Amino acid sequence: MTPVNGQTSLTDAAIVLDLLLLILAPLAIAGVALVNVGLGRSRSAAQALLGNMVIIATALIGFALVGATFAGNMGGAGHVLHLAGKPWNWLGEGPLFLKGIGNAPIQSQLEILFEFLAVAMAAIIPWGSGADRLRLSAGCAMAAVTSTLVFPVLAHWVWAGGWLAQLGNNFGIGAGFLDPAGAGTVHLLGGISALAVVWVAGSRRGKFPKEGFATAMPGHNAVYILFGCLIALVGWLGFNLAGASLWLHAPLTSLPVTALNTLLTAAGALAATYTVTRVRFGKPDASLCANGWLTGLVASSASAAVVSPIPALLIGIAAGIITPLLVEVLELAVTVDDPSGAITVHASGALLGLIAAGLFAPKSGQFLAQLVGIATILGLFLPLVYLLFLALNRFVPFRVDPDGERIGMDLHELGGGAYPEFVIHRDDSYR
Amino acid sequence: MKFAGLIVMPAGFFLSMAALVLFPAAGPRTAFILCALAVEIVGLIVAVRGHMENRQPDAGDVR
Repeated sequence: MTPVNGQTSLTDAAIVLDLLLLILAPLAIAGVALVNVGLGRSRSAAQALLGNMVIIATALIGFALVGATFAGNMGGAGHVLHLAGKPWNWLGEGPLFLKGIGNAPIQSQLEILFEFLAVAMAAIIPWGSGADRLRLSAGCAMAAVTSTLVFPVLAHWVWAGGWLAQLGNNFGIGAGFLDPAGAGTVHLLGGISALAVVWVAGSRRGKFPKEGFATAMPGHNAVYILFGCLIALVGWLGFNLAGASLWLHAPLTSLPVTALNTLLTAAGALAATYTVTRVRFGKPDASLCANGWLTGLVASSASAAVVSPIPALLIGIAAGIITPLLVEVLELAVTVDDPSGAITVHASGALLGLIAAGLFAPKSGQFLAQLVGIATILGLFLPLVYLLFLALNRFVPFRVDPDGERIGMDLHELGGGAYPEFVIHRDDSYR
Repeated sequence: MKFAGLIVMPAGFFLSMAALVLFPAAGPRTAFILCALAVEIVGLIVAVRGHMENRQPDAGDVR
């Protein structure tokens, strides 16, 4: 996956199509935000949705001011380290504050627009895992760190001619790390950030009592959750098709199959989760089905552009089977309190998609390239993000005080609830 | 415990990079990278176990 920086390889029709697809892509972010809100509690709903918005705003500003410079999509050579006779492109270099972007080639402009949307998505993923206990200021601080330090480096490695993208040229491993719509760069990074947030902030009060099982704290609005999934599908089509066109230089004639694969992966995942929860609990579980759908979409981010329809369906089915099982393991066995299921949806879906892309991609050696990419994100970025968030927590406390958690984040942080006509009552989870 | 796991994980990453440089042949390189991933998974398991040991039942407190 070696983009041609600074050169226009797109036809006029592809430029128009990519722009239209990137205009649709924010619907994926909106869908994930709605799912985050719906899976939280009613007394934190307004804070959760406002949090998604301020995180997006912070991430966009941070990426514009600093991050885009390191991402290096505007034609700079990048910082190259020569090791063992091979060039290792570690960091991008570009003008600060997007200077001169209007004169950059249209391909570079579209790539940067894609990365802006990607960083917004990556930044909101951990917010859902910290629902009902994270402060708004903590969300902004996390987004600032993600958009200025973490995401730009990874985006450069994967999308802007960095060493992961050059694995094929430098080491003869497939076509380099394949991640056309951000399964690794956005969703795996977001998923491990979600795990880091849960580790730093801790679980919700009363979630894991002294005795017995974890307390069930179901989402407050299934309609938000399911409608968010439907909206996300449209946005995901935008991301997957634009990613295939921009990063893989896929011809227009191949894009309908990519769209079809996206639909099939999501459909297979939903059908599998529906079946698993129906068999396991006697009735299908709406929130788990939503998570299964999203896991399928995340998996499609890596695989939709490089596989054929039947493997896409199989990938979706695998994603749908994994989702309810992993949610249960994380909550009951590993005691990870992840209200939105972001770790399962984004991290496991991305891992599955990246591995499947390696297995089903036509070029030999691709599987190894995918493994190197996964080893990099998991082995380097999880500890890095955790340590950054741990340090950040010293200056901007992540967690609200116990009283704020008790009365709800809406009243505590905003002074008013999302549903003022509702009576907020003490529930049984506080033992 | 958690930090021990988190220190092990970058070791897996550096092993995978070493595999790229040291082993031009596909077989040994693949085996080495799979071992690197195994090291990372062990590190992740240790970190997760550390998180569980730190858990304060019924508290939901910051760790």
